[in-house]
Amino acid sequence: MQLIECPWCGPREEVEFHYGGQAHVPYPDAPAEVSDEEWAHYVFFRDNTKGRFAERWCHSAGCRRWFNAIRDTATYRFESVHRLDAPQPHATELARSRRSTAP
Amino acid sequence: MNPGPSHAPRTPGADLPEHPDFLWRDPEPKRSYDVVIVGGGGHGLATAHYLAKNHGITNVAVLEKGWLGGGNMARNTTIIRSNYLWDESSAIYEQSLKLWEGLEEDLGYPILFSQRGVLNLAHTLQDVRDSVRRVEANKLNGVDAEWLEPDEVRKVCPIVNTSTDIRYPVLGATYQPRAGIAKHDYVAWGFARRAHEAGIDLIQDCEVTGFATDGNRVTGVQTTRGTIAAGTVALCAAGHTSVLTDMLGIRVPVQSHPLQALVSELLEPVHPTVVMSNAVHVYVSQAHKGELVMGAGVDSYNGYGQRGAFHVIERQMAAAVELFPVFARAHLLRTWAGIVDTSPDASPIVGRTPYDNVYLNCGWGTGGFKATPGVGWALAHTIAHGEPHANVAPFTLDRFVTGALVDEHGAAAVAH
Amino acid sequence: MTSPFRTAEGGRIDRATTLEFTFDGQTHTGHPGDTLASALLAAGRHQIATSIKLGRPRGIAAAWAEDPGGLVQIEEPFPEPMLLATTVELHDGLVAHGLPGQGRLAEISDSARYDAVHHHVDVLVVGAGPAGLAAALTAARSGARVALVDDQSEAGGSLLAGTDRLDGAPAPEWVAAAVAELAGHPEVLHLQRTTAFGSYDDGFVLALERRTDHLGTAAPKHVSRQRVWRLRARSVVVATGAHERPVVFSDNDRPGTMLAGAARTFLHRYGVLPGREAVVFTTNDSAYDAALDLHRAGVRVQAVVDARPVGSPRREECERAGIRVLSGAVVTGTQGVERVTHALVARFADGEVGAGSAIACDLLLVSGGWNPAVHLFSQARGRLRYDEVLGAFLPAEELEGLSVTGAAAGVFDLAGCLADGQRVARAALTALAVRPPGEDRLPTAPEPVTPAAPLVLWRVPDTSGAGGHTSFVDLQRDATVADIERAVGAGLRSIEHIKRYTTIGTAHDQGKTSGVLTSGITAELLGIPVQATGTTTFRPPYTPVAFAALAGRDRGRLFDPERVTSLHDWHVAAGAVFEDVGQWKRPRFYPRPGEGMEAAVLRECVAARTGVGILDGSTLGKIDVQGPDAAVLLDRLYTNMISSLKVGSVRYGVMCGVDGMVIDDGTVLRLAEDRFLLLTTTGGAAKVLDWMEEWAQTEWPDLRVHCTSVTEQWNTFPVVGPRSRDVIGAVFPQVDVANEAFPFMTWRDTTLDGVPVRLARISFSGELAFEVYVNPWYGVAVWERLLGAGRPCGITPYGTETMHVLRAEKGYPIIGQDTDGTVTPHDLGMAWAVSKKKPDFVGKRSFARQANQDPLRKQLVGLLPVDRRTVLPEGSQIVELHPDGQLPPPPVPMLGHVTSSYRSAELARPFALALVKGGRSRIGDTVHVPVDGTLVPVEVTGSVLVDPEGARRDG
Repeated sequence: MQLIECPWCGPREEVEFHYGGQAHVPYPDAPAEVSDEEWAHYVFFRDNTKGRFAERWCHSAGCRRWFNAIRDTATYRFESVHRLDAPQPHATELARSRRSTAP
Repeated sequence: MNPGPSHAPRTPGADLPEHPDFLWRDPEPKRSYDVVIVGGGGHGLATAHYLAKNHGITNVAVLEKGWLGGGNMARNTTIIRSNYLWDESSAIYEQSLKLWEGLEEDLGYPILFSQRGVLNLAHTLQDVRDSVRRVEANKLNGVDAEWLEPDEVRKVCPIVNTSTDIRYPVLGATYQPRAGIAKHDYVAWGFARRAHEAGIDLIQDCEVTGFATDGNRVTGVQTTRGTIAAGTVALCAAGHTSVLTDMLGIRVPVQSHPLQALVSELLEPVHPTVVMSNAVHVYVSQAHKGELVMGAGVDSYNGYGQRGAFHVIERQMAAAVELFPVFARAHLLRTWAGIVDTSPDASPIVGRTPYDNVYLNCGWGTGGFKATPGVGWALAHTIAHGEPHANVAPFTLDRFVTGALVDEHGAAAVAH
Repeated sequence: MTSPFRTAEGGRIDRATTLEFTFDGQTHTGHPGDTLASALLAAGRHQIATSIKLGRPRGIAAAWAEDPGGLVQIEEPFPEPMLLATTVELHDGLVAHGLPGQGRLAEISDSARYDAVHHHVDVLVVGAGPAGLAAALTAARSGARVALVDDQSEAGGSLLAGTDRLDGAPAPEWVAAAVAELAGHPEVLHLQRTTAFGSYDDGFVLALERRTDHLGTAAPKHVSRQRVWRLRARSVVVATGAHERPVVFSDNDRPGTMLAGAARTFLHRYGVLPGREAVVFTTNDSAYDAALDLHRAGVRVQAVVDARPVGSPRREECERAGIRVLSGAVVTGTQGVERVTHALVARFADGEVGAGSAIACDLLLVSGGWNPAVHLFSQARGRLRYDEVLGAFLPAEELEGLSVTGAAAGVFDLAGCLADGQRVARAALTALAVRPPGEDRLPTAPEPVTPAAPLVLWRVPDTSGAGGHTSFVDLQRDATVADIERAVGAGLRSIEHIKRYTTIGTAHDQGKTSGVLTSGITAELLGIPVQATGTTTFRPPYTPVAFAALAGRDRGRLFDPERVTSLHDWHVAAGAVFEDVGQWKRPRFYPRPGEGMEAAVLRECVAARTGVGILDGSTLGKIDVQGPDAAVLLDRLYTNMISSLKVGSVRYGVMCGVDGMVIDDGTVLRLAEDRFLLLTTTGGAAKVLDWMEEWAQTEWPDLRVHCTSVTEQWNTFPVVGPRSRDVIGAVFPQVDVANEAFPFMTWRDTTLDGVPVRLARISFSGELAFEVYVNPWYGVAVWERLLGAGRPCGITPYGTETMHVLRAEKGYPIIGQDTDGTVTPHDLGMAWAVSKKKPDFVGKRSFARQANQDPLRKQLVGLLPVDRRTVLPEGSQIVELHPDGQLPPPPVPMLGHVTSSYRSAELARPFALALVKGGRSRIGDTVHVPVDGTLVPVEVTGSVLVDPEGARRDG
């Protein structure tokens, strides 16, 4: 069981937190205008990175606030946590050119 | 062999059948294969076996980054059943179960497939409704299934706590008599040995690092042991699927999570069947040597670490003792974890990808072991014919766009 | 029985007290401080059981948790399977027997208590041997918060098992002083009989304290038997010592064969001679201490057999004592039946075994070196390296927040262990920014004698003719060198494959003695370095832990908290039968004497439809949504328009997931321009609050809105039926309850004797109804007032079952019963609740997907069994017959399933709700439901079967 740093409350036991998956997946500006495929990607598809991963957590048994974290999914180690009103961490570094080689 | 002087009777059942004297070679990879299967777990090895057996395709390599059968195959709790809710699911799992019933003979390996039945307990009125729904669907789909009242549950498994004054009393259970367990390593090794005998190369310590592509085709697989040209590529990497599809630039809606399991010391037989409960989260059987084998809940966060948090195990123990009071002084001997790739509708994703010659097999979540022969059969067919086998046709990547999901969590209630 | 092998004096047992116990049906005696193993050895008994596969005799081979031989079953005071005789503390009345392989569980339930404690410290020291005590003293002296845990009955570790002197006095005196000093530090928690069994992230260590086992039947019932300590340490110091490693040779499993260090432990700690005539076989210097100590205690040491060609500088010491030392020699086998009678000793040079002879002995001590106990380090994902000199795996890296010291780190001399423990503790304190103590004296230990290099020898070539089949690597699994050879011959290379092929390391001891041997032998057979073979993964727990200990208090009623409303006692007194809904206990129905559920529910339904009924609906989720943008948030989350709702009014709303599937429904009360009260389903309350907060915080942080659960702040009592207006009017005379003044889907605030009460005209039954909201503190009083006022019109309390019937008659779905996560509002016939005006809301876009346009989507409809008798079982499947009227063979196409099914008093027949493919287009059709082997014809109807015009809601 890890000790997770809530940016509001400080370090707390893992059981107090709720996991929210990949961070920085924006709700489409105009859902009615996106294609079925784009919509499906928003609804169902999330990155599943092995390694450093920007993700969302909620201190649900504490302050109930959501926050973002950079965590390594291979070691589980939290690198940093960020309040939602903080700038997106390392956005460029984490950005992936996933579809670049797809046909 | 000479076991030396024997002074006392063996402990009945505490022994396992011997493995064969020879299993497989450790070949150097060739430069090129007709089919390259990435992932030397149960699904990859079964696919290799059926490619050779059913389709005569033997110029095949199975690439394994670690040791054969060392991922989820070596870590799962070996429950085999086919009592899924939806037609699409029951079709592939039931065909798989039929293959399990002949697998020992097919593989010539004592895989210890034990059809001791599986009970899925119901603890709430909604559990009862969902259970009856599933049983009725199973019957109409030709899957053996029955609904048992609590006194019948007690007859099948006397140690289940069917008292009415526990926190979540057992209100009944679904029962599939043909369900059961098998010995996982024996299954993996049985497939591996058959594949090896057919001339298929099983290449261990061979991690895929990239793919060479040409338009809509993958031409070669780059590995830690060199680049291997491939006519067709099948991805059977379970929890590590996304690592591969990321290399190909294919997005797949799976998330990898740790799933823990545990085992007790060897115990005299107390538990004759397999019991699963969703509300009081337990799935437990007593394996062939006498150890209690139990699975825990999925750790909530994405993780590739093959380990989870201990509070999940503690919760599991509480549920086990609640449902099986006699387990109180059994001992937790060992815990471990696998990496499950879960999909949005708790159903697998099998079939085509945006590349013409790459096939995907993933998203089995916590339920992949039981599908091993079934998916191997269907994926081999799919590779051989270039067309999805009917049993995997519903499980396309495309369903997430059309919305035609096969949603097993809402209805079937119990994963694994 | 006497104890002929008990020494005349010495040991740490209380000789003044005698304990009686039974083993394998024989009565023996021992003393407080004994283990079951030491007491049996004192009686001259080595053999404990026979082996699992081969039935060979097996005995006590070590003195603590690494023993692969002495597995026992406890029968009294309570059956417990598979413990080690070496770790069972003796107590009066203990009944046990040897175990050949499988343990036995009790058939009765365990009434012992178990619990868990969280404890946070700066420094956790695991192990109270010399290194651990030194580390703990240093940490304690700094004023830091410290925990010291050790798995044995008393502190001291190896210091209790030898003749070491510290500060010129026997080492146990220093141990006692150290323990006393630690007890004087208020911030120190010192636990013995406490095994740290798991090491997890961020300094989280789990330890099991055995609190009462050693007391036997004298254990006080109010004290928990075992306690799990959940220790969170800023810094963990692992001082867990080392396990002695055997050397494998033919017939190395014969009772009387024991690790050399264990013999010293039995002698010095327990006052037991493990034999009369000993042979000591070693590859290193440590076993010379055993030889000399046993000699001094009166054991005839027949020979020290040292595999090293040059032997040891300690040879002279032995020879002065008259002990023969054979250098360049090995033990190749043993003779005897149930106990060693001879050791077979032969010359050994360059890996070749030469001529040999048999030496008579009843005790064969073996030492192949020492394996540092790196389990906790390895569990914390520390990498290991193979040390060629020691023939063992050592920590290969520094871990943040976890350090290893003493023998666990490969330091084997006493002075070195003490200094290393202190050094590691000081470094840990410094890393924590705690000033290490100024005054931090270590005791003076004798100058260490530099040992001669050990020989790394895994196995002695088998010259017995048994081909390695009697050279046991894992005694608990009866796995031999021949098994490893066979595995390698089968083509296996990975140590994990070898483990699985041979089953080595999978038994009770999890490979404590066999693991490194297997790596070494496998590497030898494959001709590769041991480092390349590696070890199998060290997995928690370090030693087995009882399920019940891990379950702790979370059993029975505490398995999951029970939530009850403030009326619970009233319901119990009224004879309610309860239903579990989520964590809540809800009355399902209130049977009268002699009445079954069916009769009770019909009676309750009639009351609500013709008179008045009352329900405790307090478990409904309630969320108070406040803020200038509250209406904006609700418009985005509900499928229908909420912002147009007037203050004082109520609207039904549906929520969908982004996939367009219904996740919850309920009513919304607008309390003010910027304030709403949401009602959710009982089971969905927490999820809906999570859902709203997630969207509000992560997607629309600009919205000024807060959501607060107020489920437990309000009781909710629907008063239902044509006479409900009379009841409400009587209890709240100041409220004008006339339809015009208080119309449907509005709410009013009032008071009752000064207590605020909210009334709402909401109906989940189709009848005229009022919901009464009040602070639970006054819940029972208000409930009883309502009952009192309703008595003249026969007010009837009803439960969830009647609630379900009433709502089903009106076609109102229960989310989670009539839906399963694959159902849209349109499928439920609720297109009217899906706004066409709003440009977007959560889930809207998914309605446009291809699968949502399918005319064969399952839709909610009513079903009426044509026979007017059959109550269709909920969950039943619906099928179409072949034109010939028969069921086709499997797989039979299914049209859908029955989601709700009841007997209706109002309709005077059973009815059901169902999800049916293209259901609305089938209204009027007859379809079939298989029930117990027969096909029941049912008519498909609309989903609203009672009062489809909605004429009753206003009374």
